[in-house]
Amino acid sequence: MRDRGRIITGLAVFVAVALAPVWQAALHGAARRPDPKIVTTAKQCVEPTAAMRRDHMELLNAWRDTVVRRGQRTYVAADGKTVTMSLTGTCMKCHPNKKEFCDACHNYLAVSPYCWECHIEPKEKS
Amino acid sequence: MRVVWSFLLVVLLAAIAFFGAEAGGQALFGVVFPYVAMVVFLVGIAARVLSWARSTVPFRIPTTCGQQRSLPWIKPAPLDNPSTGRGAAARVLLEVLTFRSLFRNTRSELRPGGRFTFSPDKWLWAGALAFHYSFLVVFLRHYRFFAEPVPAVVGWIEGLDGFFQVGLPVVYLTDIVLVAALGFLLWRRLEDARLRYLSLHADYFPLALLLGIAVTGVLLRYFVRPDVVRVKELAIGLVGLHPAVPQGISPLVFAHIFLVTVLLAYFPFSKLVHMAGVFLSPTRNLANDNRMRRHVNPWNPAIVGHTYAEWEHEFHDKLKASGIPLDEE
Amino acid sequence: MPEKTRDELVQIDFKPPEREWMDPAIDFEARRGTWSYPGAAKNLRYLGFPNPREWSPTDEDWQLPENWQQIIHDGLAERLNKYRSLKLFLDVCVRCGACADKCHFYLGSGDPKNMPVLRAELLRSVYRNDFTAAGKILGRIGGARKLTPAVLKEWFYYFYQCTECRRCSVFCPYGIDTAEITMLARELLNLVGLNINWVIEPVANCDRTGNHLGIQPHTFKDNIEFLVDELEGATGVRVAPSINRKGAELLFVVPSADYFAEPGIYTFMGYLLLLHALGVDYTLSAYASEGGNFGLFTSHDTIKRLNYKIYHEAKRLGVKWILGGECGHMWRVIHQYMDTMNGPADFLEPPVSPITGTAFTNAAATKMVHICEFTADLIKHGKLRLDPSRNDHLRVTFHDSCNPARAMGILEEPRYILRSVARNFFEMPENTIREQTFCCGAGAGLGNDENMEMRLRGGLPRANAVRFVHEKHGVNRLACICAIDRATLTTLMEYWVPEVDVSGVHELVGNALVIDGEKPRDTDLRGRPLAGGKGDADA
Repeated sequence: MRDRGRIITGLAVFVAVALAPVWQAALHGAARRPDPKIVTTAKQCVEPTAAMRRDHMELLNAWRDTVVRRGQRTYVAADGKTVTMSLTGTCMKCHPNKKEFCDACHNYLAVSPYCWECHIEPKEKS
Repeated sequence: MRVVWSFLLVVLLAAIAFFGAEAGGQALFGVVFPYVAMVVFLVGIAARVLSWARSTVPFRIPTTCGQQRSLPWIKPAPLDNPSTGRGAAARVLLEVLTFRSLFRNTRSELRPGGRFTFSPDKWLWAGALAFHYSFLVVFLRHYRFFAEPVPAVVGWIEGLDGFFQVGLPVVYLTDIVLVAALGFLLWRRLEDARLRYLSLHADYFPLALLLGIAVTGVLLRYFVRPDVVRVKELAIGLVGLHPAVPQGISPLVFAHIFLVTVLLAYFPFSKLVHMAGVFLSPTRNLANDNRMRRHVNPWNPAIVGHTYAEWEHEFHDKLKASGIPLDEE
Repeated sequence: MPEKTRDELVQIDFKPPEREWMDPAIDFEARRGTWSYPGAAKNLRYLGFPNPREWSPTDEDWQLPENWQQIIHDGLAERLNKYRSLKLFLDVCVRCGACADKCHFYLGSGDPKNMPVLRAELLRSVYRNDFTAAGKILGRIGGARKLTPAVLKEWFYYFYQCTECRRCSVFCPYGIDTAEITMLARELLNLVGLNINWVIEPVANCDRTGNHLGIQPHTFKDNIEFLVDELEGATGVRVAPSINRKGAELLFVVPSADYFAEPGIYTFMGYLLLLHALGVDYTLSAYASEGGNFGLFTSHDTIKRLNYKIYHEAKRLGVKWILGGECGHMWRVIHQYMDTMNGPADFLEPPVSPITGTAFTNAAATKMVHICEFTADLIKHGKLRLDPSRNDHLRVTFHDSCNPARAMGILEEPRYILRSVARNFFEMPENTIREQTFCCGAGAGLGNDENMEMRLRGGLPRANAVRFVHEKHGVNRLACICAIDRATLTTLMEYWVPEVDVSGVHELVGNALVIDGEKPRDTDLRGRPLAGGKGDADA
């Protein structure tokens, strides 16, 4: 049957597409696991590291709402210490290296937070 | 009720993976089963398609849903009654992309006095389309776990999907649509007495499985929020053929992965093969050019009917008496 | 006519039964009126078909061959390899239910196994059991059933309760065609001697005499001459069709019902008048005296066997090409099977209208043209003198016959003709015409008297739509291009809409056609007076 060639071609294309990530991995070699670079000497962030890894986006979101909508600027952390809620003023003080810190994981996972739609990105040499 | 069994089975499968992973079976659920399932899926689909390809298409039997190409001044229906291979290809493509046949759907109702009414019914079409497309988008979005660097297009899809920027992590429209569409498809199967009557386990189980996958996925993204860096490490390890199981991944991730694993392995043996079969349907993918171009049946049996000579022989006297011309006198 | 009244028949219960569909139970005694008598042994013997015997579906023992399960299993295995359609359709159905309320038999009976999806499941469940891993392992949970005598009886009942009309296939997202399922299921049933006489007897007749009705050549000639006399009486014009004449330009093949009984004979008169008026050089054949092909309702091999005569005769007579009359399943066979089975017709010439010079390029390979294509082309080129007022006593609607609509797509040609020959033309509602047309309820060999209740039920959706235009527009004539329709819709109309008569399209052409030398026409071809004494003025 003359349609068998077409069917097998279609099938081959399907299998090739289904295995696309395998081809890509083979072409690009082993992926590096992200290694966000911490340049500060501070011992701890506003919350414990595990909580920050998991919930930093919610924390930042809450900060944004509290500051912008309610005008409050003081955050009381779980351990009772207080910090000023400010991305550029607080966060970026310890982590001025957006490219090496924020973007490391965000790029790895193709996450594009909209922080920088309002805030100005820190000037860094790449 | 069949539906209950299907959901119980899916819950059981998820639980097995959840507790199995917690009890130290991450490598089994994160590596071994996914590899096995992928092989079963690809080999199974290929075997199924090849088995269809092996069967011949002895006759050209398109279902014509519009005017044929005949006289030059009569406008043919190039999609619904294609007279060229290209038209037939377009017909199949639009069937695949837009579900045109389902779009035709009507609902008939018997009114008092034995009158039927037929009204357009687009719900099945809309539900099916919503499910398939949202599932496709969700599927494509997951590419971000399997590729490094992530292709830009995945980011665009994600951006569109999270367009409204509601919540954090941003809620994807397709997550809502997927669950809603699956819910609708399940609901109509249960609500309509005749659908309930004809539905098999094989109809409820895929719905339950897909809902299980969607719900665990939603739980993971919006509530459990596992360490996605590690999840991606697991995924990248799988596709890079250097599997490794990073520690500290939530067992729910394994439940999610295991349900997908089951879906992959189940796929080639179920009605889900319609994904491939839709391209091969002889009533849709053949051009209605039957009288224009000869279609060859590779096994055309050598059958000779009652020949004229035999017939004339049998009715010779009657033919002669009534003056119908004969071949032999 | 069945004992049930119209009001009783429309009390249709769509609530599915408690009993699961996988547990078959057909009480043939209680269901009299909804099944057809089995094929008579003499016909099976003549044809050389398996297991000839006298039996009845009401018998407990159907006298099957001892290894009937194996025969069907092997038959199914063979057909799965031969027909991709079958294999695919058994594999891909998702039971979405879009087809459910598209079947006229389901709508008219409420029997859930008349939903196309479940009709196919009757076979699919056995396929799963015998041929799929899931079915073998999971059994009933996997939707698999063993082929038991009860399942086989159910097959007989429901696969001879499908008219192969393909309406479900229009709506199926995968194009699953129950006609295909039914055709192959009937092939399997035939392997063990399960068939119905209203199919098998015409097949045997056709093989022997050349036509389904078993009309022998001398009677064929007598019938034609009788119709020629009748036609002269109605029009004053004496036509002179030839039979088995070598060297004619065209061989004209019609369904045998057209030269046998009302109302088909009036359509036949219309053909003869048209071909006479134009002076077409054609011949009829007493050997290839059947356009229809009940092989379609038996097996693919039988289709080929019966269809063989047409090309064979065309070659013998040395005609250039073949013209075909108005018939539904005939055109399914001519259009989708003939060339593949019995071609190539390389001894014929690509058809060209001898009157207009139009090349029928759409029939270049098969070399067979539908008379509606032929006539529409004539009218378009102004080759016919027509007086549509002679059909003013008729208010016409058009019934698309299943096969020409859904296996060919001849939708506009007959409409163009009707609009040209009649002034009162009204369409039925859009969900009941063209590719969505409803079956007459008695095709595929089911148009017998013992199956009458099911015919009337199956024909209800069609009758409904006719009633609608009858009440709204005063429609009194249902035109169609199918010989089975002309016979069965007549019965259907008598029961559901008695005010409406049935006819072929070319009967109306015959009414309107103005011919040199005709007498003043004050009646139509049926001898019924024309509206307002119209007609004489135009002659």
